[in-house]
Amino acid sequence: MLGEGILKGLGETARNFAGSFVSAERLTTVQYPEERIAPIEATRDFPFLVYDGADWEAGLRCVACQICEKECPPRCIHIEKSKDKKPDFVGKAQFYPAVFDIDVAVCMSCQICVEVCPFDAIRMDNKFELSTTDRFGGLLWTKEQLAKPNEYYRQIHPTEAAETDERRVKELADAKAKAAAAAAAAAAKAAQQAAPGDGVSAVPTTPAKVVPQ
Amino acid sequence: MTLAFLILAVLTVAGGVAAMTLRRLVHCALALTVAFAGLAALYLNLGAEFAGLAQLLVYVGAIAILIVFAILLTHGGESDPEKVFSPAGIAGGVIALAVFAVLGWAVTTSSVAHGWGAGAAAQTSAPQTSVREIGLTLMQRYVLPLEVIALMLTAAMIGAVILAWREKRSVDPGAPSAPPSPELRV
Amino acid sequence: MVAGGAADQVFVNLDHWIVGHTPVPLQTLVSIVISIATIIVVFAGLFALTTVFERKGLGRIQNRYGPNRVGPCGVFQPLADAVKSLTKEDVVPRSADHVVHYLAPLVLVGVVFLTYAVLPVGRNMTAVNLDAGVLFFFAVGAGTELAIFMAGWSSHNKYSLLGAMRAIAQMISYEIPLILSSVAVIMTAGTLSTVAIVEKQARYSSTLAHWYVFTPWGLAGFILFMIAATAETNRSPFDLPEGESEIIAGYFIEYSGFKFALFFLAEYLEMFAVSGLGITLFLGGWSAPFSFLTWIPSWIWFFGKLLTLIFAFIWVRGTLPRLRMDQLMNFAWKFMLPMTLIVILSAGIWHFLTAAVVGPKPLGAVIRWLVCALVIFAPFITLARTLERGRKIEKRTYRFAE
Ligand code: SF4
Ligand code: SF4
Repeated sequence: MLGEGILKGLGETARNFAGSFVSAERLTTVQYPEERIAPIEATRDFPFLVYDGADWEAGLRCVACQICEKECPPRCIHIEKSKDKKPDFVGKAQFYPAVFDIDVAVCMSCQICVEVCPFDAIRMDNKFELSTTDRFGGLLWTKEQLAKPNEYYRQIHPTEAAETDERRVKELADAKAKAAAAAAAAAAKAAQQAAPGDGVSAVPTTPAKVVPQ
Repeated sequence: MTLAFLILAVLTVAGGVAAMTLRRLVHCALALTVAFAGLAALYLNLGAEFAGLAQLLVYVGAIAILIVFAILLTHGGESDPEKVFSPAGIAGGVIALAVFAVLGWAVTTSSVAHGWGAGAAAQTSAPQTSVREIGLTLMQRYVLPLEVIALMLTAAMIGAVILAWREKRSVDPGAPSAPPSPELRV
Repeated sequence: MVAGGAADQVFVNLDHWIVGHTPVPLQTLVSIVISIATIIVVFAGLFALTTVFERKGLGRIQNRYGPNRVGPCGVFQPLADAVKSLTKEDVVPRSADHVVHYLAPLVLVGVVFLTYAVLPVGRNMTAVNLDAGVLFFFAVGAGTELAIFMAGWSSHNKYSLLGAMRAIAQMISYEIPLILSSVAVIMTAGTLSTVAIVEKQARYSSTLAHWYVFTPWGLAGFILFMIAATAETNRSPFDLPEGESEIIAGYFIEYSGFKFALFFLAEYLEMFAVSGLGITLFLGGWSAPFSFLTWIPSWIWFFGKLLTLIFAFIWVRGTLPRLRMDQLMNFAWKFMLPMTLIVILSAGIWHFLTAAVVGPKPLGAVIRWLVCALVIFAPFITLARTLERGRKIEKRTYRFAE
């Protein structure tokens, strides 16, 4: 009958109205600055730069390859490559960013920089209380502000961080094995040269034992 | 002639003049509304409560809205800034003069005017018509004319509905069994 | 009859006292100023209260808290809103028609305040006792349509024009059922004066008052009146002229700062005014429902009823979604109009079924009630069936793209 559904709806809203006073579970609102809910693991807003070890400047994983700078859709990353090189975590000499700025006023939290980075150097943060009175300088973050330890990453995104760590351990092991193999090959070559009469080389090339970081 | 009458009269006449002279059609319509409202206020000032309120309800509430709607629907709001006096204006002037003459004749020959001419006595004897009396008169003495008018208006309304309806049908006479448009469904 | 005593007439006596202490030539002026100032202060205050109640009520309906930061439980929220709207920049579009754009909110608020002149808010508490009070209310109320048109047209914005067209179409359509449902009361009361209509309802047989809402046609008329009133005041579910999701804010989209606040104020004042008229016509105005409750001052009754109706408005707003334009028009012309005509018919039958026709008091009254109820209910069922025929509402299922 005409009007029946309206009456039903009115009953429903009346139940909500009265119910919200008697049962606190109905209220979904969180009284924000005083009450907070723990962030969901997949929360993301702006990128940060990951570093290993205690010294943020030495431990920065970024090698200034500038892939993220090129891929960032709103072009909010600004990188200047260093002149000199320094060894990365596997010991290879790499450039490092002399300047690494992100304008978070422009960043749209798309996470593309994270996806494209081949060095696991950039990750998404979940800090959201970022208001500032200076909307230009205050929102242009330098590499000092962007650098956060790997422990922090583990804390905010544990699953993702574990996966990254595992991969990096493997990478390190592979690199070490490769280095060992290369060293062994060099040694064999040297031995061969020392004893030309000997026919085939009999030096085993088993990889060195992997030690996790 | 009291101060209130003067103010209202000036307002009404100014509204009428503005309605004739303003350039934009919507401004004219709004000025006309001011004239209507001023007239209604004059009626109220004279103690003709029902006439004044009916004037307000019908002219401001319905006629003005109708004019404004017509202007909007025909996109006439922006047109013709140049032509203020058109040939139709002459015909309009003639009609206005004729109406004024008839009204003037009616006023000068009516009993009220003669009483007025005789002195201030007529002002005190102005009839105090209440809404109740108007209603009773309409429903008893003039009930037949009232019903005839009501019937005529209903007929006009039905006619308008049918006109609007036919037009919609005749849009595609050749179309074979077009699905009924959603507006036609009850 | 003269129950209530001093508390009932406290404001009337205060008014008389003030006027009595002013020099004679100024007395008319002072009494006019007092009436106007009281109306403005009381109803603007009520507006402030309603905005916060509405937001809190809607919040509770949606299982939220609503505003609770400014002052204890957020009661000072209207103050914060007022400061905000007063200090905001008043932006006028360059292509707008400046004069009309400026005048529209003023005309709207002015017209709405005028309608309060004939509302009896308590015993002997009517600003102007007009012989044709109800007619005055509707005649002056017609001005709001014009003001809305002025706002929509002068902004030179297609959304605002659309909003104004919608508003006018809707208000014209729903004005007819609004007036027709009042006609039933006017017919029975035999007067257009709001004061007299309330006095007719403030009589008691045994304990129950003669409120028109206690009759079958009065009940149906009251419901129809309130539906039409909701549409007249552009409130949800009839808020198409504002339609935030499609035409952003409709006719007042180009208004900001204080002018926007004036529109907001006018909208709420319209709602109070039309609720006040509904109370006057159907709910016995300032009278108490039972004779043993007449000791409560009359103005408390009026404002209590007004707050109840405001709550009902908020409740409906929290429940119903917005109608579509065709649904709106169909509802007005195919349901509201016939139903109001039937209500008038039923009121006529009620008038002629006197004790002489249906018999003496207890049984006769019941028969009269039932007959009139049937006259309304049977057509209602038929009409509802006809309107719903061929319109099967099924549960929608959604299929997502794979
Ligand atoms: S998250 Fe997206 S927008 Fe932000 S810095 Fe990375 S690539 Fe650029
Ligand atoms: S953050 Fe990653 S992608 Fe960007 S420059 Fe550094 S290493 Fe390259």
